[in-house]
Amino acid sequence: MEAAAVRRPPAWLAALLPLVLLGALIGVFIAFDAPGLERNGIPVEDVAIERTELHPGEIQLTLQNDGPDAVRIVQAIVNDGFASFTQDDDELGRLDRSQVTVAYPWIEGEAYEVKLLTSTGGTVDKSIDVAAETPEADAGFYGLMGLIGLYVGIIPIAVGMLWLPWMRQLDRRWLRFLLALTIGLLVFLGIDAALEGLDLGASGAESLGGGALMWLGAALAYLVLAGVDGWLSRRGSGGERVALLVAAGIGLHNLGEGLVIGSAYAIGSLALGAALVVGFAIHNTTEGLAIVAPVADRPPRVGRLAVLGLIAGAPAVLGAWIGASAFDPSLAAFMFGVGVGAIARVIVQIAPQVRDSAGRLLHPLAAAGLAAGLVLMYATSLLISV
Amino acid sequence: MLSRRNFLCRIPLVAGALPAAQALAAEPHAGHMGAAAHLGTVGMVDPASNGFDPQAILRDFDEGVVRGGVREWELVADEKEIEVAPGVKYAAWAYNGRVPGPTLRAREGERLRIRFVNAADHPHTIHFHGIHTARMDGVPDVGAGNIEPGGDTTYEFTAEPFGLHLYHCHSIPLADHIAKGLYGAFVIDPKEGRPDADELVMVMNGFDTNFDRSNEVYAVNTVAFAYQHEPVRVKRDQLVRIYLVNALEFDLINSFHVHANFFHYFPTGTSLEPTELTDTVIQGQGQRGILELRFPYEGRYMFHAHVSEFAELGWMGFFEVV
Repeated sequence: MEAAAVRRPPAWLAALLPLVLLGALIGVFIAFDAPGLERNGIPVEDVAIERTELHPGEIQLTLQNDGPDAVRIVQAIVNDGFASFTQDDDELGRLDRSQVTVAYPWIEGEAYEVKLLTSTGGTVDKSIDVAAETPEADAGFYGLMGLIGLYVGIIPIAVGMLWLPWMRQLDRRWLRFLLALTIGLLVFLGIDAALEGLDLGASGAESLGGGALMWLGAALAYLVLAGVDGWLSRRGSGGERVALLVAAGIGLHNLGEGLVIGSAYAIGSLALGAALVVGFAIHNTTEGLAIVAPVADRPPRVGRLAVLGLIAGAPAVLGAWIGASAFDPSLAAFMFGVGVGAIARVIVQIAPQVRDSAGRLLHPLAAAGLAAGLVLMYATSLLISV
Repeated sequence: MLSRRNFLCRIPLVAGALPAAQALAAEPHAGHMGAAAHLGTVGMVDPASNGFDPQAILRDFDEGVVRGGVREWELVADEKEIEVAPGVKYAAWAYNGRVPGPTLRAREGERLRIRFVNAADHPHTIHFHGIHTARMDGVPDVGAGNIEPGGDTTYEFTAEPFGLHLYHCHSIPLADHIAKGLYGAFVIDPKEGRPDADELVMVMNGFDTNFDRSNEVYAVNTVAFAYQHEPVRVKRDQLVRIYLVNALEFDLINSFHVHANFFHYFPTGTSLEPTELTDTVIQGQGQRGILELRFPYEGRYMFHAHVSEFAELGWMGFFEVV
């Protein structure tokens, strides 16, 4: 009787109260334009150039205002000369994007220094090391990207998976060695992707997080894969689960790789050559090995292996398409982070299988395998970083 | 793989290795000029918002006021935001609200008195080129020295030698005080005068708008391409005399070149005899000289710094001969 008389407000209302209060305070603060606080100093101009395209007689820049204040681009200078230009927006608010098209008779193969002058006399600088026309994104272009993805992603991984019959004849000790080798390969890929992601993040809009986006992507991917793994563990068997995870992890990694290839090609800075394709192919063949190593102790099923190969390789095609049509350094940094997180999760997953009969993880053969994996990946990476 | 993206930029195309790629990527291509492309600034500077017009500065000689046999001026230094190229605002320091400052004109041997008022937020001086006593030299720590904000002083000396000189602030840091706009032309006519002519003042200057110790904008009389947008009108066959002063900072030299014509050059204007008949002259920082020429044909004739970089960054214009 008494409890019913004194009716307490529901618990969720109490949880909502601070939020409502915060909202009201923010409203008041904005309505009165930050009472008591005065702006110190002059406006800060910070503009990132997200994308550069060259078309006949034109240099096209995509800008993002990365600073707290609005920026107005009022003149354009190319190689120490004013040049005429057009732009989408006269004024860029915080995080606004705009495209500036500078009319300039650029010459293929030469270097250009573009400076955009702001209304305060500040400059936004962009160097073009080697001018080359940006390819048009038509059907043939997407076909080409698909072909690149096929060459550098799918085929090498499929070839690498052909090591499976040989691996099945190895005894357990050498299989552990190969698994350790796989971990070595993955560690190298993870480190490489992390550095690449940090690099890309730094080149994108700092206000979107810069390099932190890479770590965010890594953490999220790790957590998601850990969750998926927990869910899968109630179903399928151990080895196949691991193979699937390895394939997914490598796939996410290849998505980031595809992004970079596609964007480099889209802005004309990628000169396709046999050496490049061969380098990628040799490098990525080792990824196929990594996928099949965890399932070497059970009979292979061709259909399943093909699916695994596609999961690992096809994202390179997808990445190339995305990178070529809508490249964004911040997004790319995040995607590289996703690859890093996936790889980290895969390493954690494979590690127990490396343990020897005594339960040791870093037994001599495992250490040798790890080192061999790192060195192998490093050596093949030289093929594509001459 | 560590430097994959660097690599992507460097690998040369290997023909035939990848047929589809070759077909799409190998198409040779030279850069083109778009149909609508033109070089130069976009838009116009409004002289009204600047408070001075490069067209007016050309023929604006300030002879001051003669009182009791002494020629007098008052110059006020102040801060002023000016538009040096369309849309590009520059926080200048100016004498009497304009950059360059007023062109002061006197006759050889006259007594001159210049009252200087510092209405700006930093110490300033006026240092005149010419022959005078140390106390009237307008440098820190000598004579009146630096004139503090709100202060004033009077510089007094005799106009000598005749020729084309300049005046500028000499407070430190010197390059900044000059580059921000505290300079102007100072003409001392010879006693016997010079032949009648259409006289023009051209102060070559530049502006370091992003403070990286190099100029983003170049001009004569401050506004980039001002005389390209509105040519300097002169009459055919008439004697044209140009008082050319180099007030540029951060670049060691500047130059003047006129198309389809030659001029007599009088370095520093201190002799009535020209030293050279030429179409291009170089001036170092603070150097100046007088040019005399006649245009025998009607039409549009370009003039610009023959330092092409300066020309394309604003120091370019036209004579319209009618």
